[in-house]
Order: sequence, then structure tokens, then C-alpha cells
Amino acid sequence: MRGTPEESKVELFRDAKIDWLGRKWYFLSFSLIFSVAGVLSMIFWHGIPRGVDFKGGTEITVPFDAPPNVDHIRQALEKGGVKDFTTQLISTPTGQKGNEVVISLPQSTATDQAHDVGRTSIENALNDYYHDSGYGQPSVEIVGPTAGTQLQHQAELATGYSLIGMLVYLWFRFELIYGVAAVVAVFHDTLITVGAFSLTNQEISLTVIAAILTLIGYSMNDTIVVFDRIRENLSLSRRETLTDVVNRSINQTLSRTVISSGLTFLTVMSLYLFGGAVLHGFSFALVVGIVIGTYSSIAVAAPMLVAYQDWRKSRGKVSNLPAKRARA
Amino acid sequence: MNKNLKGKTAGIVAILVVFCYGFLGIPHGVTPTSLKQALADHINLGLDLKGGIHLVLQVHVADAISSATDSDVERIQQDLSKAGVTGETVVKLDPVAHPEAITISGVPLAKVSDARTVLEGVDYSNYDLSTNPDGSLKIAMKISAMKDLATRTVANTCETIYDRIDQLGNYQPTVQPYGLGDNEILVELPGVSDPSRVEDIIQSTARLEIHAVVSGPYETDEAALQALGGTVPPDEEPIRGVGSAGTQVQTWVLQRAPVVEGTDFRDAQPSTDVNGRPDIHFTLTTAAGEKFYKYTSTHSKDSATPGSMAIVLDNQVREVATIESAIHDSGEITGSFTKQQVDDLGMMLRTGSLPAGISYLDTTAVGPSLGAESVRQGVIAAITGMLAVVVFMLVYYRAAGVNADLALLLNLVILLGFMGFTGATLTLPGIAGVILTIGMGVDSNVLIFERIREELRAGKTSAVAVQQGFGHAWITIVDTHVTTIVSAAILFLFGTGPVKGFAVTLTFGLLANLFTAVYVSRTIFDAVLARKERGAALSI
Repeated sequence: MRGTPEESKVELFRDAKIDWLGRKWYFLSFSLIFSVAGVLSMIFWHGIPRGVDFKGGTEITVPFDAPPNVDHIRQALEKGGVKDFTTQLISTPTGQKGNEVVISLPQSTATDQAHDVGRTSIENALNDYYHDSGYGQPSVEIVGPTAGTQLQHQAELATGYSLIGMLVYLWFRFELIYGVAAVVAVFHDTLITVGAFSLTNQEISLTVIAAILTLIGYSMNDTIVVFDRIRENLSLSRRETLTDVVNRSINQTLSRTVISSGLTFLTVMSLYLFGGAVLHGFSFALVVGIVIGTYSSIAVAAPMLVAYQDWRKSRGKVSNLPAKRARA
Repeated sequence: MNKNLKGKTAGIVAILVVFCYGFLGIPHGVTPTSLKQALADHINLGLDLKGGIHLVLQVHVADAISSATDSDVERIQQDLSKAGVTGETVVKLDPVAHPEAITISGVPLAKVSDARTVLEGVDYSNYDLSTNPDGSLKIAMKISAMKDLATRTVANTCETIYDRIDQLGNYQPTVQPYGLGDNEILVELPGVSDPSRVEDIIQSTARLEIHAVVSGPYETDEAALQALGGTVPPDEEPIRGVGSAGTQVQTWVLQRAPVVEGTDFRDAQPSTDVNGRPDIHFTLTTAAGEKFYKYTSTHSKDSATPGSMAIVLDNQVREVATIESAIHDSGEITGSFTKQQVDDLGMMLRTGSLPAGISYLDTTAVGPSLGAESVRQGVIAAITGMLAVVVFMLVYYRAAGVNADLALLLNLVILLGFMGFTGATLTLPGIAGVILTIGMGVDSNVLIFERIREELRAGKTSAVAVQQGFGHAWITIVDTHVTTIVSAAILFLFGTGPVKGFAVTLTFGLLANLFTAVYVSRTIFDAVLARKERGAALSI
């Protein structure tokens, strides 16, 4: 009637007894620093950098046959009369430099009436004045003002509906306070992730929004796992304080949380390092989001639950956070 | 072995085979090349992976409304004179801002009621009749009629664009109305990645019309304006162009309503004129032919009112010709055309000109080399991610790790099989979705295994621990999967192509995971436990 031979097992956090809620002020300051840094950057420094699909304009990715000389490219574009362009040589996060250069032009070059002007001017300039090597068929993204507004609108709708959907689902499965705590955690995650984009001056495109919505789902998942355990423990023990129950629940799920997030983090890191330039923003959002999402379930959602309970106690309403019965 | 277990295992193997078939079909061999080929045949790649163009166009529906009211202006004049009303002027007072309104003024008082009867008749049921303060009559197209016309115009434009692309080769384009805004069309062309080529093929505003010349030629637009006394009458317009090949550009004042327009051409073939220059031999539809005959016989050189016609292409005069004699329904258009222009023009006339002008809102093109690069990078990332997970599970959970890894493999097979069977499109974010599925999928296994370890620590037997582990973890697994699938559904509804691809693979992956992480893992555990003696240790 034995379990598993203990010696040969690899097991982290077997009997963790960390006082999570006791450290909540450390967590709060940590979160505050990053949130405020992000917000300040969004307001005063880089703003919220938008990708071409939101701000409009022309973006061309040119695959050169040989490693390109970016200075020569700039000179060629200037000679060709192209104005207000930015060039960027694509390199992977592992440091390798590729042969691809991204040339961007602002909104004014892609009006609905003269949609193609930017692209043709760039291609003509390169053909006439850049002689270091030839290039293959470029990739192009040209977004006029009408389309830019539409896509932005779509992104807003998607985000709005997602959050509403989450809240409704949580309200259905848990008490309202659980839902609110989870949504606050999610909001915190989104703020820090967008702040990270602002601080590192990376563009937010439609795929990045998709990544952010995904990480909202992921953070919600993580929070739900902890809440499920809290609810289970609450129904089992009536005499422990809420703080103790929450601490115990987090410690019990710690193993699963770290390993699971760790594995997801591994896969997303693999995407970030090897997935290529097109997915760069997407994978960055996921890398940041998964770390922060895991952190927020422990550091934001759980303390909020306890704080709310304490606040209600201080106003004289004592209740033991009756959780809705879980469907079996 | 438990008979139930045998059945379950057989079921799982059968599923494995069926879904393998979904994305591989029956490959011709087992070499990497033939497997890759089988994969390529069955999985539908998105434009961002195989290269291609995605265009969003807006149709200028106002043009179609203009054309409709232009021809109605003529019809009104004819109908009114049939009803005995003469001396009136029928014009569109503001053709640019209000192309849907026609004003009839100067009707002699005695004939007003006759005019009203005509205008309220069945021919003009699309219009609302009203009286202006100054006594003139106004008819304006009903909103419902305009909406109808808009929908029909967009549908016709879709068809025309499709026909043109079809005429030029086997491109398998997608051309359909696009939901995000008013009167927008989506064109997707796999395999073609040069936007200029596509725009050439579509030929945005090729409108060929024949107009009656009122006066001209003038040196400049201003000279024309002066000759007209300062303002252009509402039924005329000045247009610049050349009278014949090689002459300088001048301005003519033309009748606004065309005698022949794009839709009136039944056929148009490139040929050469007497001097060997490229020209177009055209044939009109019967109705248009009659109208053209009437016009050319009234205004031919030898008639009482000789006149000339201007051939206008894309709002530029290409040729001005005196009308030698009455022309029925076929003739030739000469002008300063090159062979390429004549070929293209012929094609456009044959497939019908676009009923309205279009402008481009959004262009995305992916070159084939960049697309292939994306595939390569995506696959490398997926394989690396998977290896990392597989190795970790083996090290941390030992034999149970094998369990999880098998479930993971089956998960991928089912996911790819789903994609193959439904013909869903795999995009680059879709590959990211596969990678995310690997990570989130293994989360279910971790939940279950951690719970099993906890139960074992609490002293339960292996069999009971396994049962408890699966039982407790099930709810949480469902919760987490449902929330992510809801997220993915919203992304599918509001996202564009590549994002939709991500939502699809994520959803399929998670659904497959619900099956593999629970049912398949459980079966494997049961099989392992069945082999052990009661109370033996479980390797987890």
C-alpha cells in the first residue's frame, strides 16, 4: 500500500509553506513600479507604438540576395525622392542578422485615392539607385485610413467582448468578488504588457492584440486554478482564517503553477527565439504575458480576495465567502 | 487484460489512423520528401505562408447611381415628349453631391398634370416625386432603391473582377463582399504577390464611353469655360484628351450622358486598322445598337445636324470622330493605342466594364520566399518547443511523462487531422497556435499528475490516486479550456485572416486536448496499472 519510491522522484515545492499574503506589500510595490513605468512611457515617452495596420501607411519587407548595406539603401531611397521613410534590418532575437530590410512610410503615402504611391516610389528608387545586390519578391502591407480605422475598431470590439465574456463566465462559476479579483488581475497584466511594448518601443499590430487576448485567457485560467483550490479548501475547513486558507491553497497549487507556466513559457520562448520576425511582436507579448499572468494570480488576485473580505469584516458584515457549488 | 481496455486501446489507435489520414492522405512513400509532399497536399496554407495577395477595395457606388440617373434623364425626356410635353429642361442640378436627384423645370402650366402622370408612372417607381418651391418638379431615387443598386453594383463588381482574373490564368481567386465597411470587396489571390500585376489585371477605372461632342476643341479648360459663358451647363462637361493619335492634348465640351457606355458592348476584339495600328473591333447589344443607329443617323455628316463623337476612356478623350454615316451595332475604335492596351481594353469590354469606380483600401502581399521562410521558422520553433516539453516531462514525471508525451503526440495528430479534414487554413499565427496548444495542452497533464502525486503522498493506493487525480482535475481542465476557447471564438469573429487562423488552430488543439489529456492518458494509466500487482508503486 505504498506510493512511489521517494528517493528517485524529482519534485519541486513538495511541502511549500510560504506566507504569500504576508508578502503582499512587496508584490504591490513590484507591480506598481512596472505599471507606473509603463504608463509613464505610454504618456510621455514612446506612447503606444501602433503597427501599420492601425496607423496606416506603407510597409515593405525586401529580401535581398546578399547581406544588404542599409546606408546604401537609405541613399538610394533619398535619391529616388522618397521622403519620411524608416529602414530597419531584421535580426533575430538570437542575434543573427538576416538579409531582409523593412522600409516604412507614414500614413500620408497611402490615402484611399493614391494607395500604391508609396510602394511604387520605393521600388523604383531601389531599382534605379541600389546596385549592391538584387532582391526577391517583397512583402507589402499598405493600409489606407479607412481600413486602419476599421481594423482598430475590430480590435476594440474583440477586446471589449472578450472581457465581458470572461466576466460573465466567472460570475456564473464563482461569486462576484472572485470575478472582480480576476478581472483586476487581468487588467494589471494587460497594462504591464502594453507598458512593456511602450518601453521597448515595439509596435502593436492586430496579431499582437490577438496575443494579448490570448494571454488574458491564460491569466484567467491560472487565476481560476488557484480559486478552484481556495473554494475546495473553504468548503472543507470552516475554522481556518481566510488568509490561512488562501496561503495553503496557493502552496498546494504552487507545483502545478510553476511547472505548467514554465512549460508554456518554454514553448513561447522557443517561438520568440526561432519563430521569425513576422511573429516577433506576438511572441514578445506572450513571453511577457505568461510570466506576468502567473505572477498576478498569486500576487494580485488572491490578496484582493482577502482584502475584500477584511473590508467587509471591518464594516460588520461577516461571511465566510460562500462559494457557489462547483459543478461536478 | 481487461476487455474494456482492449476496446479502448483499439479505439484510440483507430482514431490515430483516421486523423493521420486527414493530414497525410495516403502518402506515396515514407521518405521525408514524400511525407512533406503529402502534408503540403492536404493542409491548406494561408497567404502569409505560401505567398499571395489580399486586397480590400471600395466600390464607388455613387458612380452606378449616376449612370442610372443619367439614362433616366434621357428616358424622361422621351416619355415627356411622347406625352405631349415640350419645352421643359430635365437635368441633374447637382450631379456630384446629389447624383440621385433629377429636376424637371420649365413645364408649361397646362401640361404639369400630364408631366406628373408620366413621372408617377410605373417606369419611375424607384423615385419619389416632389415639387420644389419654385414650381419645378423633382424626382429623387428612393433610399431602398439606392441600397438595392448598391448591393447589385457590389455583386456585379465582384463578378467582373473574378471574370477578369479568371481570363488570365488558373489563379483560383477569392472575390467576395467584405463585411467591415460599406460597399467593400475582398480579393485574395494565392501565388501572385506583385500588387502592380493584380491592379493591372483589375484595371480599376476602365470606363469606356462614347459621348456626343457639343463644342471644341479648346486649348485649355479655362478657354472652354469662357466659351460657355462662365459656367458649365449641368448636362455638359469639359473633358481633356486627344482628338487622334499623336495630336496635342485639348479640351472638348461633351454631353454628360453617354450615347454608348461600357455595359452596351457585347463583344470587343483587338484587330488592326487600315494603317496597321492596333484598334478594337466592337459589337453592341441590340438595344444599344438601335440607340446608336438613331444617334448616328441623326447626326451623320450628310444630315441636317452633323456632329462628332468622342471616345472617352477613363475620363480622357481618346478619339474624336465625325460621324461618317449611320452605324448600327458594330464598328471600330481607333486611337493612340498600343497592342497591350488594345488587348487589355478588349478583355475589359468583353468581361464588362466595372459598373463603378473602385479605390484600394488595404493591400497585403507576401512574397513566396518570405512565405517559405516563415514556414521554416514556424516549424523549427514548433519542433524546439515540443522537444523541450517532451524532455522535461520525461525527466520530471518519469514513466508518467511517457504517458503525457504520447498524449501530446496524439493531440498534434488530431489537430493536424482536423485541419486536413475541414480544409481550414494554416497561417503563421496558426503555427503559433499549434505551439501554444503544446504548452497549454501539457498543462492538463501537469494538473492531473500533480494531483495524483498529492494523493499518493496522502497515502492512497496507486489506483485510487489515479482515479482521484483525474476526478478532481477534470473540472479545472474544463474551466480553463472553455475560457480559452471563448477567447479564441471572439478572435475568430473579429480578426482578419491570419488571426482567424490562430483562433482555429488554438480551438481545434484545445478540443483535441480535452480528449487526449483525459481519455487517452487515463487509458494508458489503466493499462499500466492493470499490469502491476495490487499496491505496487506508480512511476510518476
